[in-house]
Parts: sequence; C-alpha cells; structure tokens
Amino acid sequence: MGVVHVLAVPVAPDPGAPTSSVRAEWPPVSGANDPYDPKQVAALSAEALDAAVHAATEAFAAAGDLDALAAVRPAHLGDRAPILLARRELGALPPHARSDAGKRVNAARVAVTEAHAARLAVLEAERDERVLRQERVDVTLPWDRALPGARHPLTTLTDRISDVFVGMGYEIAEGPELEAEWLNFDALNTGPDHPARSLADTFFVAPEDSGLVLRTHTSPVQARTMLERRPPIYVVAPGRVYRTDELDATHTPVFHQVEGLAVDRGLTMAHLRGTLDHLARQLFGADALTRWRPHFFPFTEPSAEFDVWFPEHRDGPRWVEWGGCGMVNPRVLVACGIDPEEHTGFAFGMGIERALQFRSGVGDMRDIVEGDVRFTSAFGVEQ
Amino acid sequence: MKVPISWLSEHVDIPAGTTVEELDEAFVRLGFEVEEVLRAPVTTGPLVVGRVLEIEELTGFKKPIRYCQVEVGEEASPGAGGRDVRGIVCGARNFAVGDLVVVALPGAVLPGGFAIAARSTYDHVSDGMICSVRELGIGEDHAGILVLGQDGFTPGTPAAGVLGLDDVVFDLEVTPDRGYAMSLRGIARDLAGALGVDWRDPAALTPPAWSGEPGWAVEVADPARCDRFSMLAMEGLDPAAPSPWELRRRLAQCGIRSISLAVDVTNIVMLELGQPMHAFDRDTVTGPITVRLAATGERLTTLDGVDRALTSDDLLIADESGPIGLAGVMGGASTEIGANTTAVLLEAAHWEPAGIGRGVRRHKLPSEAAKRFERGTDPDVTVVALARAAALLAEHGGAHVVGAPVDLDARRPRPAIALDAGRPGRIAGVAYPPSQVVEVLQAIGATVEGDGQQLQVTPPSWRGDLTDPADLVEEVVRYLGFDEIPSVLPTAPPGRGLTERQRRRRSIGRALADAGYVEAPSYPFVGEAQLDALGVPADDARRQLITLRNPLSEEAPAMRTTLLPGLLGTLARNLARGQRDVAVFEHGAVFPGGPSTQAPVPGVDRRPDDDVLAALLGAVPEQPWHVGVVLAGNVEPRGWWGPGRPGSWADAVQAARAVAAAAGVELTVRAGELAPWHPGRCAELLVGDRVVGHAGELHPRVCAALDLPARTCAMELDVDALPAAPVAVGPHVSTFPPVLVDLALVVADAVPAADVEAALREGAGELLEVLRLFDVYTGAPVPAGSRSLAYALTLRAPDRTLTGEEANAARDAAIAVAVERTGAVLRG
Repeated sequence: MGVVHVLAVPVAPDPGAPTSSVRAEWPPVSGANDPYDPKQVAALSAEALDAAVHAATEAFAAAGDLDALAAVRPAHLGDRAPILLARRELGALPPHARSDAGKRVNAARVAVTEAHAARLAVLEAERDERVLRQERVDVTLPWDRALPGARHPLTTLTDRISDVFVGMGYEIAEGPELEAEWLNFDALNTGPDHPARSLADTFFVAPEDSGLVLRTHTSPVQARTMLERRPPIYVVAPGRVYRTDELDATHTPVFHQVEGLAVDRGLTMAHLRGTLDHLARQLFGADALTRWRPHFFPFTEPSAEFDVWFPEHRDGPRWVEWGGCGMVNPRVLVACGIDPEEHTGFAFGMGIERALQFRSGVGDMRDIVEGDVRFTSAFGVEQ
Repeated sequence: MKVPISWLSEHVDIPAGTTVEELDEAFVRLGFEVEEVLRAPVTTGPLVVGRVLEIEELTGFKKPIRYCQVEVGEEASPGAGGRDVRGIVCGARNFAVGDLVVVALPGAVLPGGFAIAARSTYDHVSDGMICSVRELGIGEDHAGILVLGQDGFTPGTPAAGVLGLDDVVFDLEVTPDRGYAMSLRGIARDLAGALGVDWRDPAALTPPAWSGEPGWAVEVADPARCDRFSMLAMEGLDPAAPSPWELRRRLAQCGIRSISLAVDVTNIVMLELGQPMHAFDRDTVTGPITVRLAATGERLTTLDGVDRALTSDDLLIADESGPIGLAGVMGGASTEIGANTTAVLLEAAHWEPAGIGRGVRRHKLPSEAAKRFERGTDPDVTVVALARAAALLAEHGGAHVVGAPVDLDARRPRPAIALDAGRPGRIAGVAYPPSQVVEVLQAIGATVEGDGQQLQVTPPSWRGDLTDPADLVEEVVRYLGFDEIPSVLPTAPPGRGLTERQRRRRSIGRALADAGYVEAPSYPFVGEAQLDALGVPADDARRQLITLRNPLSEEAPAMRTTLLPGLLGTLARNLARGQRDVAVFEHGAVFPGGPSTQAPVPGVDRRPDDDVLAALLGAVPEQPWHVGVVLAGNVEPRGWWGPGRPGSWADAVQAARAVAAAAGVELTVRAGELAPWHPGRCAELLVGDRVVGHAGELHPRVCAALDLPARTCAMELDVDALPAAPVAVGPHVSTFPPVLVDLALVVADAVPAADVEAALREGAGELLEVLRLFDVYTGAPVPAGSRSLAYALTLRAPDRTLTGEEANAARDAAIAVAVERTGAVLRG
C-alpha cells in the first residue's frame, strides 16, 4: 500500500503527525444510566455539538500555517476534543436515544474532520508554493563546464555526400594519397606530356624515378577499383588531394574531393545527370537544379562542368560552378581491363572545399585550412 | 582568347538585335567559359578625329609644350572657311603636322569623370584635349598621344567607333583539346553553328600564284616533330611604316602589345587564323635554314634576351650560325626584326603539339604562339597564313614577295574513324536519328562516308583532337546540346554500406568531438627542423621521411610521419590568435619512409599484367591512418561553479581511451618513454602486446622549443594498428542485490595502479561486477614512497543473493592477490 503525497516535498514535516507523544489523563465519563430513562447528557445536545463544530472551524480557520493548525488540532480532533468526549457519552443514553444522538455526533465529527482537512489542504498548498518559490534557481546560468568539440565541416560534408551515395547502393572506395604516377595519370588517359604532369602542377616524390606523386585528384581510386574488380561498379571516392597552388582566398594546395564512378552495362549520360540531380537535391534542397557546360577532361569523353542552382544560396538564388563530370573515356576502361564495347561508365567529381564555401557561405579558403577553432566550432559535431 | 564582337561580326552574320547576354549563353553552350565581358570605359560628349594642321613649339616653360591647330570637322556656323579648327595645348611630342589624332572637345567627359573644358594654360586658350590611349581608357600607354596615322579618317568623325569604344570583347576560356578555337576563325565557325547563321571563313583565300625559286633554302630534319614547314621571303619593307590603327586596336582588344608592323602582322594573322608565325630579319639569317633537334651544349639567346641551354629534346630553327629560334616557342635574338629591317622571312609551320608543350615547360616560356601550337594548329593553313601576312605587309609596309614560298609538307593522310551512328545516342541516353549524327559531324567540318549506320568519319584538318569514336560522340552530344539529356537514376546493385574501417573513422571523430576536441586537419608536410624541435632522435623511425622533389616550402619538404607537428602548429596558431584553452584533434594518413621500390610505368593500351600491377601497387608505401590530439589550457573552463581544470597528461590518455572505446577495442596503458613526451609522464598505449600509440605531457624542452605553454599534452595513436572490434557480447544482467565493498591498499609509488587493479579483478573473480578507484592518497599516515589506493567493489552473483561470507571471501581473495602481486598492504 502506497503513501499518497500531494506533493513530493521531502523537506516538509508531516503536519498530520501528533505534536506531542505525551498522552494526557482521560477525563471522567458519565456513568451508565441504564435504569434511568430518560437522562439528558448535555454534551450530546445539538447545541453543544454545533458549538464544538463551530469552535473547531473557527480555530482551524484561524490557524495561519501548518504548525498552528497542528497545534489546534488536538483540541478539536484529539482524544479529548469535545466531540470525541461527547461520543463516549453515547453509552449513557438509553438505547432508543442513542441512534439519534450518535448520528448527531458523527455528523459533527465529520464536519470537524472535513474542516480540518480543507484547511490542511489550503495550508499545504500555500506551504508547497512557498517552498518551491524559495527553491527557484536562475535557469539561465551557464553550465558549459566541458569545452565543446567539433568535427571539421570538410569531414561532415564529405560524410553527408558519402551517405547520399551509400543510400543509392554505392560503396565508398579509398586509396592512398601518395600514389603511383601511372594510376594518377597514365591510366587516366593523361599522357607523359600532359601539362598537369609538370613540377608546376603536381607534387612529385623524390627521387626522380620513384614513379610516385601526391595524387592530384581521387581518380586513381577509380582506376584501382576498376583494376581490382569487375563491373558493375558503383563507388564514390572521397579524399585529400594535392596540387601545387599557393594558399589564398580561393586556392589551397591540399584539398578534398569526392569523385564518383559507375561502370555497368548501358549506362548513359542520362544516368549521370539523374545521379547529380539527386545529389544536388540532397545537399541543396528539393528545388535545386543542375546544368552542364561542355568541358574537357582527359579521363572522360564527353566531358562537362556542372553548375548547381539553389534558392538558399546566401547571396540569393543563383548558379554556382560545382564540379566536373562525363562518360569514362574508353581508353581509361581499356587501361583498366574493361571492354568499352560491353560496358560504359560515368564519372564525376567535385571539390569539398568549394562546396563548403558556397553551401555554408565561407568567403575565405584560409578559414577552412588553418584550423582556427573558432571557425570549426561554429559547425559543431553535425550528425 | 579575347574576341572583339566587331571583328567576329565581320565573319559571322550575327542577327541584328542579338544581345550580349545571348552571345554569352551561346558561348557557354558551346563549351567556352566566358571569363569576362570587356567593354571600354564610358566617354560622353564630343570626341572626334582631328588632324594636326600646325604645331607651335612653346618655350620658356619647365617642359616643352606644343600649341597646335587641329581641324576637328566642318564649321557648323557659316562664314569660317568651312573648317572647324581649334587651338589646343599639348604636352606630348610624338606627332607631326598631318597626323590624325583623337580630340576631346569641351563638354566631353573622359573615363574617370575627367571633364574637358576650354581653359587657359601656358598663355594660350586650349580648346579641347588631344588624348592618349590611357586617357581614353583603352590602354596603358601614356608616353604620348594616340596617333591614328595620316589618313583613313575624316576630321570630325566621331571617334567612338574608330576607337572601338562601343565594342564588346568576350574573354573566352578555351579548353586544351580545342586548339582551333584559339582563333577568330574557330570561334566564328562555332558561333555561326550555334546561332544557325552564315559565316565566312577567313582562311578561304587562294594564295597568289607565286613563281620562281623558293625564297630561301630550308630543310626539315625531323618531320615527326614538324610535318609542315612553310616560309615566304619579302623585301622592300619600309622599316618606318607604322601599323595602321585598325590593326593596333584589334591587337590591343585581344591583349597583345603592338611592336612593329612586321610583328603586328604576324600576330594579327595568328589571332585571325590560329596560325602562329614568326618573322626573321632575312639579312641576319646566314645560309640555309634547318629544322632540327638541338645538339648537346648548344645555346640560344631568345627574344626576351635570356641565354638558354638547350636539350636534345629542343626543336630548333637553325642556320649556318647555329640556332636562331626555339621552334614554335620563341624566336632568337640574333634574327629579330629591328628598326632597319627591310627584308623578312615569314615562317608558318605545324609542330607536333606535345613537343612544344615540353619545350614551354622546360624553358618556362608560355607564349601566345606556344599556347596554340601546344593545343594543335590547322596544318592546312600555313601557306594561307603566309599569303595573308604578305598581303598586309604589302599594303601597309610596301613589301613584296621574293620568289616562291617554301612548303615542306610531310603530312600523311588522316585515318578515318569508324563510328556506329547509334553510338552517340547510346552514350547520351537520347535517341538521335543517324541522319542527325551525320549532319552534326558534317557541320563541324568532318567528312562522313558510309551507309548511314556504320560511318567512316574523317575529322577536319583543324581538329587534331578528334582521334577516337568517343571524341566524335562528344562533338555530336555537345552540338545537339547537353540540355537534351534527360535525368534518369541508375539502379546500383545492393551495396554493403560503409566498411568497418570507415565506420570506425567516423566513430573516432565523433568520440573526440564529443570529448571536447575540435577537428583540425593540417597540411601533411614536415621538415627536419620540426622533428628536431620535438626531440625525435636520429634513429627514430619517424625520421625516415619521404621527400618531395618540388615542395611548397623548403622548410617542410617531406611528408609527415607523425601528426604532432601539424597539430602543434595548429595549437600555436590558435594560441597566437588569443585562444587560451585549446584542444584539437586530427586524424589522417601519415607517410612513413624506409626502403622503397620504383613504381613501374606500364603502357595504357591494355590492363597491366598481374606482376606489373603487383609491382606498381607494391611500390606505393603504406600510409597508416593516425589520430592525434593536443591540448593546452583548461579542459574545463572556470565559471561560477569554481575554478577551471587544466588539461593534463591524464586527459591525453583519456582521449586515447575514448578512441579505443569508439573503435570497440580494449586499450591498456603502461608507462612509456618516447619523444616528444615528458619521460615521467608518457603513457604507452597497447592493444594486447602491440604498442599502438603514446599519450601524456610534452617534454618541457619541447614546449620551450615550440614556444608552447608549459604542460601542453598530446596523444597520437595508429588507428590502423587497432584490431577489428569483436562483436559485442550482451552481459547477463543480474537482478539480485549487490554487495558494496570499499577497501584501501597501500602500495609503493612505483607500482602502477593498473597492476593493482588487475590483481584485484583477478582475485575477486566472477562475482566482481564493478571495480572503481575512487581515491589516491599520499601523506601521513601512509609512509613516504607509498600511496593509498581506495577502491569501491560491487559484488554480485548472477543467480542468488550473496551471503556475507561469500562477499567477504571474494574481497579477501582480491586483497590476497593484490598483496601477493604488488606488495600492497591493506589499510586498516
């Protein structure tokens, strides 16, 4: 059996508890008057009971707090209270009178009890309100006892893009940043005389004949994937890449890309467009649009650059350059051992820094690369 | 490539009313990025062509000044002799009586708000101004005023049209595959196609029937690098003849400086036809010309005055004196057109593009000519270009052709490309009718043969880039518009989701961010000095660096072998910017050096065989994924709750534990010693027996060397060394009441808490549910050299309520093992 608390206020004393453990002497009781009939017992008169009820009600009402109420309670509801004493007098009445007087006594007792309970409820409510008021705290006080950490927005944006593709059934492919020159260039239809293969554009690993570079794009991951497995291939490769640019507001020599590759039977530029449209809507909202402009990349043919339009651009709805795409050049498929007559493929790529710049309104590339905690913290952990 | 619309419209029937925006869109659709639309700055008011009639030299001033009478048109009011002549003061001296100049009359406002009014100066009233190109906002030259020449314009003609002030110039980005578009001719052809209008090919001229012996003796020794070499000799050039204004204006609009008539003519022909040319001063050329590769040790002083050492890959124009030009890249100084040149040799050749590209990069000479040769020029137009240049030099310089042109043509017939007419549609995902495919290919200049389905396509001479069916597919799809391609999502086969490794990396990043660290990826470049500052010893594996041949900075020429230099750099940058409490993390690849093999470079005509591929992949060094943190200042800031808590070695170790927990592996910690950590505050992090990382406080010397706050802490761990996480096993959760036991053990300082804990766990056995160290106490009554470790044990049985005896037995057993293993003494 449970105890019902009006309010769970453990600090409050129980106001119903007796205030004293010392029991007083019982007063004398009128003796049985069996042979007598009738005998009037003054204490049971309606007037006396009404007076007792009245006195009790007055006393309870006069009690200003729970302590005062507890103090007056014994006088009206205690063992020596008039109504309780009167009740003991019932035995002095002849049987036929007992019923009537008993009802009167009980009614009086209920009236007093209820008056007490009502007053108790009022005073308890007042007490509770006062206590809670006193316990009030300033909930606006800070409690930032732990430093807030953050993930870099390049990481979270990369994850977000990866997740869109994972949702489409793609796998996330990875490869080394320090990469074989053949995989970074030759396999991607970028011959030895291509301008990108110069010290002015690409970081080369010493010694001169190492055959290693810092990858200039994540495309060698595509080459690795195609060399490693048979179609159908649906992968995206996010990662860090390197070009010998100086750091300024729009360039960084170390940056991040996400590239996608699909090789399957019957893939067309329409599938490429559908894929990019889906990504655009996932990243930039349901109203995002894409458009293509003819371009040139050695590893795709046809090639295009693609732009995205979205209404939430911080400078107002507009087209922004986003990345490059195209159908995998059959020469690339051949170098990776895939028959271009049987399979076609599409590929696309975009810079994460750039996407971050226009998606989050980052004006200066240096803010992205310098590791200032004020910049990164603004992005939080972003799930 | 800068293209003035005025010039373009001479060759393309651009519909009247076509806006600049419409042209812009057409160019973009064609694949020419519009980098800029250039317009001359605005000039308002009367700006006219004037003729200088008289020049009075004013003396007695600080500098020589001229007072000129300039005819600026017909007199508006009758009775003044019909001519409007103004007196104008001018400080320039580069003009003579009879010259046509540009005059801003009172009321004109030149760019920059420069208002012209009649005003008194140098004791004369100047009734206007004779302008320089800079004042007109169409050039930088301010050495003198703009002289338009002696004829060609009537005084009073509004100058805006003459100057091209009303013209629009498109600056187009031409991708490297489309060399033909590095010319007005190529742009005009494409634009006409895009607009569906007629155009006139400037190369469609028939060279005159020159007769006689070739004008010079020429031999091409390397036809592989030069399959067509054409040359024309001219004499009688007036060395003083200026370039006509029209020509100079066009060069200026296209961003090319006017030099002399002969050079300007070669440049204008290059812009028009896409055929770069070179003009030699014939009288400085000695003997027959040979086109050959350089011999070892040969040198050439190029037009820019630089004496260059040549390599055996440099293709030369040479005469009996030796090299006189770096073929297709830059001419030689010894045969340069000079102020007295009256006879010239004009050269127009077709060079093998890749060789030009190598030369450009080797000598760092990216010229306008090389830019075109490198992309591939039209070998058909060499003689046309010579004829065009000869006509201009005859017209403006009085020169005439001597003898017949040289034309050494070693070209082989161009092979046709087999194309299935359905292929473009299959690639694009659009059903192009075969007839449409044929039409497009013909529109771009290709010759198409075949039955309508299986096509034999011979690309036009100016499209050296079209070699594969895929190239033709691109032409068709691009011509018909990318906008036609629908949007269809492909159906990928069921995927596997993220790999365990990928999930682990994400978990680690999140765990550290949740623990208060801010992710800060840094550039992965390091130098020896950074490792010195960290106190990394010479024989440490982290000293085995992979270096770059062309690093960004000589201070950091190598790839990182540890994350700490980058992290500490980030920390220092944040501190320098006023942060006090910084905790950052990075995870990424490191690049350990060591023995390496050379990566082979196989061909690309097929998949490399397995051995070659294995060698190739094997030559790429392992690049393990590390995670690291550094922290300085408070990890809990001070606040109204009390003082802050400074980060310590323990936070660094805890970061490692957070990483391990995120990775689902159990990490053990023991005392270690490794640079750059404090030798007494360095934790070695292990999984099983394998050391996977270190954490702790940095060595005070390291903090001093890097100017970091004392007690900066760091952790670095090799994520790839962590074993795969086992599948977690769900424990049985007992619902029986626990018995809570506290005990304190006094152990020697040298005994690691981890050993004590391990002993207690072992001794308590299976009834132990939780063991927690809740206090470490030193000081009386604990003897010096010892400390008291207080543990709270939660004991619980899976299947019953423990009796007091059982609990006591477990407790006693735990203590007994600890006493035995660690010399601990139970504290009473």
